[in-house]
Amino acid sequence: MKKLLSGNEAIGYGAYLAGCGYGVGYPGTPSTEILQAYSTYPGVHAEWATNEKVALDVATGISYAGERVFCTMKHVGLNVAADSLFSIVFTGPRGGLVVAVADDPGMHSSQNEQDTRQYGRFAKLPVVEPGDSAEGAEFMKAAFELSEQFKTPVILRSVTRLSHSRTPLEVMDELVPLHAAHETVKYDRDPSRQIPLPMNARRMHREVEQKMLDISAWAETCELNRIEPGDSRLGIVASGIAYQYAREVFPDATFLKLGLAYPLPTELFHTLAGMVDQVVVVEELDPIYEHHIRLLGIPARGKDIFPLCGEFSTELVRARAVTAGLVEARVPVSTGGAPIVFNGLPEGTTGAAGSGDTTAAGSGDGSSDAAGSGVAGNGNGNGGGDVALLDPATLPGRPPMLCPGCAHRPIFYVLQRLRAMVFGDIGCYTLGAAPPLNATHTCGAMGAGIGVVHGTDLVGVKDRTVAVIGDSTFFHGGLPPLVNIAYNKGVSTVIVLDNRITAMTGHQANPATGATMMGDESPTVSIEAVARAFGFSKVDTLDPYDLDEVRRVLKDHLDSSEPSVVVARYNCVLQTKERNAAPHVDLESCNNCGTCLNIGCAPIINRGDHVEIDDILCNGCNYCVTVCPRDAIVSNRTDGGEE
Amino acid sequence: MALEKVDFVLAGVGGQGTILASDILVEVGLEAGYDVKKSEVHGMAQRGGGVESQVRWGEKVYSATVEKGEVDFLLGFEMLEVARWIDFLKPGGDVIVNRYRIPPPPVNMGVARYPDESEIQRLLLTRAGRLVWVDATDVARELGNAALSGVVLLGLLAVDLGMEPDLWLGVIDRLVPERFVALNREAFSRGAALGAEMLV
Repeated sequence: MKKLLSGNEAIGYGAYLAGCGYGVGYPGTPSTEILQAYSTYPGVHAEWATNEKVALDVATGISYAGERVFCTMKHVGLNVAADSLFSIVFTGPRGGLVVAVADDPGMHSSQNEQDTRQYGRFAKLPVVEPGDSAEGAEFMKAAFELSEQFKTPVILRSVTRLSHSRTPLEVMDELVPLHAAHETVKYDRDPSRQIPLPMNARRMHREVEQKMLDISAWAETCELNRIEPGDSRLGIVASGIAYQYAREVFPDATFLKLGLAYPLPTELFHTLAGMVDQVVVVEELDPIYEHHIRLLGIPARGKDIFPLCGEFSTELVRARAVTAGLVEARVPVSTGGAPIVFNGLPEGTTGAAGSGDTTAAGSGDGSSDAAGSGVAGNGNGNGGGDVALLDPATLPGRPPMLCPGCAHRPIFYVLQRLRAMVFGDIGCYTLGAAPPLNATHTCGAMGAGIGVVHGTDLVGVKDRTVAVIGDSTFFHGGLPPLVNIAYNKGVSTVIVLDNRITAMTGHQANPATGATMMGDESPTVSIEAVARAFGFSKVDTLDPYDLDEVRRVLKDHLDSSEPSVVVARYNCVLQTKERNAAPHVDLESCNNCGTCLNIGCAPIINRGDHVEIDDILCNGCNYCVTVCPRDAIVSNRTDGGEE
Repeated sequence: MALEKVDFVLAGVGGQGTILASDILVEVGLEAGYDVKKSEVHGMAQRGGGVESQVRWGEKVYSATVEKGEVDFLLGFEMLEVARWIDFLKPGGDVIVNRYRIPPPPVNMGVARYPDESEIQRLLLTRAGRLVWVDATDVARELGNAALSGVVLLGLLAVDLGMEPDLWLGVIDRLVPERFVALNREAFSRGAALGAEMLV
């Protein structure tokens, strides 16, 4: 049957289709749903590892034990796993091993953009790149076959626009359970293949180079790459999502569509060049195909037309192609005459439609509902009356901020009031940097903040410095730098914002959660006990919503010259679905002093002379009730919550 | 329907139900016999940030994202968010706006101004051929859940598209968790009734 799946769901389905019984990963936008989708298929085993390197090591073990396995992460996660990736390229898998990586061109939810196809050349392994959900499933299957045929791990590369787009594909009507091998398996010792001592590793390197040559030859005829004949004036080279944009812009051109992004064929490019007058490469991020084609002596255009940085779109590809003279500009054709405004607002509403600033020809007759409010004050579009014409580009933005009800907010609010220097980390709480909180000073790679704060303290920046890290990031990359502070007699304070879940990526279980990905109960790791075991004797636990306690404890820790850890613990309210009645504002008492607006909570709306609380967005955490100095925000909670 | 392609943009604020509405819309296209694709970007914030979904129906759809000046229907869950997308509408295209205002952080901090409704209307009319104002949030609140406003808007859209409700209701039955099906059907029907009344 035909079904709509997101790219990520399709990649997870493809792993199941390939008979792969194991999936391991670490959550990261835009890759997270790959493993989540996979985990729902019958008979599979899926695990969230504590970080990407651990995930790839676990996958390597599963492969060494003879089973097919895939490993998933976002692009920066592959940097964390890179050490293990280079290693398994040399030793080679036994069971097929696919690393499904999602890049984030445009950085919708990432700290950098990088092109995972480069790992093909760098680590010397094949990279396949699907362009829609159907290919996501199909290429996942092909990747396992490729992995086992050439005894190499294979990267499947996705991007945000593929991972998070829903497109149709044929799926099986009935799902047959996979049987992951749970019986005792004999492990065949093979040191010459699995221990890269120099004498073995030197041989392995030569073997790896040979594999790349072999796969490059295979790429000439493999089904992943294809020439789509068309107009002989223009030959387009593209893969993945860029192919889709190019197809919209150059509907009649000849295409070389690459499904195998690395290693690249030779003859196929010469064939294409022989078919067309000019070759143009449309590739998002790095000019990998373009450089290869030029090395073959084929003149090709690419990055002189299309940008190196940022995400592509049909829009962008078309605009650049027009400038380069490759296609004609499209002139949108108007489908209507004079505009008609239909006013469905309730009677008596003084909305725009009823405000009657100007009355223009062609204003619609609205509905009976609209009768009372006056029909269609038509702004006219051609310089209508006194109403200013807005420029869409200068409309006020809506930058992301901490969610309503987020328990990270009280910590950042107090840190900002205490004028602390905050070395942040990767997660929801990166938004502590956003205005009006403006609390965070730095943010880098996963777990980096704890190392950075120690470094600044060494140089003498000892004035209220603190590292802030979430629970999942703490287990991911926070443990080694925390040991480092204790070992090197540091003085830093580390706050773990423990909401018991990996929240930003959509609530994945982690060692603080008490459950595994498959839903089994699991021990909850005590962050406090870990800190004490590392040698920290000043360790405190906080309820973030207890304002006085938070002030007292944070001040105490920040002013102390002893290294210390604070665990601010409150479950993510989106995960627990904790929600209470929104408070209301007592207009008599509110003088719009701005205190509540400084906590940076979207539902608190500035109405000029007072504030108002949007009860749809509000979570009812009542933190605004707590901080209001005039008691003008009034709790509507019936559970005895914070007054 | 003999339309060659139909492009939609749904724009709102995280938590308003734009994603469910666009999931329904893309499934309806598939069931109506189109090739379809849908793209969405939710950015960093799960609540309170801007959310846009793009849905494309056509004979053959390559890109999941729409182009400027080519969008047939713009669905606004929030007034400022719909205004942001106006350049994507084709001249003469349809805009359905929920008259709901969520001031963004720069406005609440006093560093930017939320445009007046008359200004938003004037901007929308620089391109819109049909501009429909509704208070879908109000209807949704009457039904007991403001997050239903997206499905109210879909009811209006179905009427604007001249499509029968059965296909849409079938998709709602399939996509919405069972205990919310009745409410979502009701929300759709309320929107469709509003559309039937207005869009004559």
